[in-house]
Amino acid sequence: MREEIAYHEYDVLVIGAGGAGLRAAIESAENGLKTAVLGKSLLGKAHTVMAEGGVAAALGNLDPQDGWETHFYDTMRSGHFINDYRMAEVHAKESPDRVLELEYWGAVFDRTPDGKIMQRPFGAHTFRRLAHVGDRTGKELIRTLEQKILTVKVDIFQEITATKLFKDQDRIAGCIAYYREDGRLAVFTAKAVVIATGGWGKAYKVTSNSWESTGDGAALAFRAGAELADMEMVQFHPTGMTWPPGVRGILVTEGVRGEGGLLFNSEGERFMEKYDPVRKELSSRDVVARSIYKEVRAGRGTPHGGAWLDITHKGAAFVKRKLPGMYEQFMALADVDITKTRFEVAPTIHYTMGGLRVDAYTASTNVPGLFAAGECAAGLHGANRLGGNSLSDILVFGRRAGAGATEYAKNSAMPKIDNAEVQAEVERVLAPLSRSEGENPYRLHEDLQEIMAAHVGIERNGPELEKGLARLQELRERTANMRAPGSRQFNPGWHSVFDVQNMCLLGEAIVRGAIERKESRGAQWRTDFPDELEEQGKVNYVQQVTDKGIVVRPEPVPPMPAELAELFTRGVAPGLANAARKE
Amino acid sequence: MPEDITLSVFRGDKGGGDEVEYKVPMQTGMVVLDALHFIQAHDAPDLAVRWNCKAAHCGSCSAEINGSLKLLCKTRVDDYVGEVIHVRPMHTFPVIKDLVTDVSWNYDMLRQVPAFQPAIKAPFTLQQRDVDRIQEFRNCIECFLCQNVCHVLRDHSAQDRYWGPRLMIRFAELEMHPLDTGDRMELLKGAAGIGMCNITKCCTVVCPQGINITDNGIIPLKERVADVYWDPLGGLVRKMHK
Repeated sequence: MREEIAYHEYDVLVIGAGGAGLRAAIESAENGLKTAVLGKSLLGKAHTVMAEGGVAAALGNLDPQDGWETHFYDTMRSGHFINDYRMAEVHAKESPDRVLELEYWGAVFDRTPDGKIMQRPFGAHTFRRLAHVGDRTGKELIRTLEQKILTVKVDIFQEITATKLFKDQDRIAGCIAYYREDGRLAVFTAKAVVIATGGWGKAYKVTSNSWESTGDGAALAFRAGAELADMEMVQFHPTGMTWPPGVRGILVTEGVRGEGGLLFNSEGERFMEKYDPVRKELSSRDVVARSIYKEVRAGRGTPHGGAWLDITHKGAAFVKRKLPGMYEQFMALADVDITKTRFEVAPTIHYTMGGLRVDAYTASTNVPGLFAAGECAAGLHGANRLGGNSLSDILVFGRRAGAGATEYAKNSAMPKIDNAEVQAEVERVLAPLSRSEGENPYRLHEDLQEIMAAHVGIERNGPELEKGLARLQELRERTANMRAPGSRQFNPGWHSVFDVQNMCLLGEAIVRGAIERKESRGAQWRTDFPDELEEQGKVNYVQQVTDKGIVVRPEPVPPMPAELAELFTRGVAPGLANAARKE
Repeated sequence: MPEDITLSVFRGDKGGGDEVEYKVPMQTGMVVLDALHFIQAHDAPDLAVRWNCKAAHCGSCSAEINGSLKLLCKTRVDDYVGEVIHVRPMHTFPVIKDLVTDVSWNYDMLRQVPAFQPAIKAPFTLQQRDVDRIQEFRNCIECFLCQNVCHVLRDHSAQDRYWGPRLMIRFAELEMHPLDTGDRMELLKGAAGIGMCNITKCCTVVCPQGINITDNGIIPLKERVADVYWDPLGGLVRKMHK
């Protein structure tokens, strides 16, 4: 039987409907281009909704000495200087405008006593910088973008999943996707494609990520020839829930520490004083996560293998006002009243700093016509992401990707997709439904998560990584033969087939990056190379799929121009140095 | 010792269906969504359920559990000790498959609400006490449980005459924004049908975000509509001020 396929044509096709994707689509549509956005979920449900603490922007509402230089300085330092400085600069300069734009579109942030947007302190930010709405900032951000996009001319496709990107010669040509609702297929031809599909934290079991974070866009683009960078850099958020088992990994916002929460080990020691005497609980995430891990390893962990987090000293009214979501989450899911008692937290996989290698100004990848923004792209965060920088990332680079795609689409003709390639992909996509024998995708997902935790977790070493790579390659072969009984109608088993394939590919890239980077830096902690090495700080590890399989190569980190490099020579953050000079 | 719990889950589509029983080993703190995931992994890989965050932030996993309207991710299995847990899709919306319903009507209506029209460019100066109320409304996660429970929509299928509590809250957050200049009163009174709400407060009861939908949102909006359309003196004063 010949498959009925719907065909669509767009100037700009955005894959991914989280913050970055919606912002990109708004940009290209407002520039008059025929735009579509595809999302795996319902509109407004993407992983962006889970961001809690805030959006980082040097508005200077509470600390007037803050400015883009200090935000840039904090971002580069926390990224351990393998970030693309150009992205960090653009991001620091443009974040305030993006936040104010949201306010103009209807976002309602918490206020200062004099009526400005309130900003909260966060780990490794020199100043109070995170604009927020209690502990539900991501929700406010995506809802605002959702409400905005409903007023501009964009075709929104909900609950649809892309499985393959097509090219016309070297340039991008579009994708094929299935509707989750009934499994029918659609081909989208587009002059420019923006990937905004988020991260791949679901490759790990203990994660704060929602089901969608399976790295689809990054994997599809990687297969289509796009380069990945910094894949070894996977962020452990220091504070995930530990108990009961069903909630293990669910995020406890950094806002708890930002608002004054303190960490203790089982002996009642405030251990962060030992690991980072200056910043203590508000040290960068890599440091706090590793510190908790070390305390547990030393036998000073809590009953379920974590640390105590305590905010009771701030009083019940304050906690309920500033952290209502956390209060509710612990009451409903763990029977714990965080206004009255300390609670357990442990590191959880939170964010993938690595991803598609992009141009800082246009968000273009090495594949002509293919752009990427948000968590699926690499470069801004380097070896460790600052809290609050992901929400500003998706706004700044979502817009830039939309603008970059607009420019590209305006200057190019509609590409052609090869029908034979479409037919081959249709067969591949439908095959799991008709296999009488095959692997269970849920089981393979569990196997993947077990391998990632065992061999490429928070603590890494060469032999374990090599073992992990061998096991992942074996697993990748098994993923070619998965079976999904049932019909094409909303069939989660069938959907999992493609998610698992994507995560296996990216999991392998994580291991390969971790093997190459023979040092410890930011999120990469290797016990066989425990120090940060100057030479390694000069390179990013870039990966590409070639005829010979995945090839990893070092690429020089772009060197900062003198006027930016100078910011790091004063011994203190620029805003503080300026203040000192004035005195 | 872990004991088994029994779930009776609706399996079917728009053509009909029936509940099917599954046994799931009990785990401490388990929520109903965990139990459904266990069923997917072991017994029924094609069991359709919508979910995203599993932390009550996204509002995807709305369903009817033993007749109560709840989020699957926030409903503890140990609330139903000794009972069979019946899980059914939202009644008000057409079933696509199993627990997944077609909620697209809500988005169609949301698209028709005129957007925020600020009087000035950002940055705004706004006092916290002036935005507390609209922040309460903007805490909505669009789970559509309020739409599901509203008897105007659920029992009378009056979707063509009333847009439901979720939409009323969207109107409220715009109308009560101190800097909004839009006028949605005619729409609210007409097509959106605020008069159809007879304040039974069922929506407020089921809201997982604890939004006081009726008292803080719908009733003040009804009063505004009454002011504009049924108060000749007030209307005259307003006209003179324009």
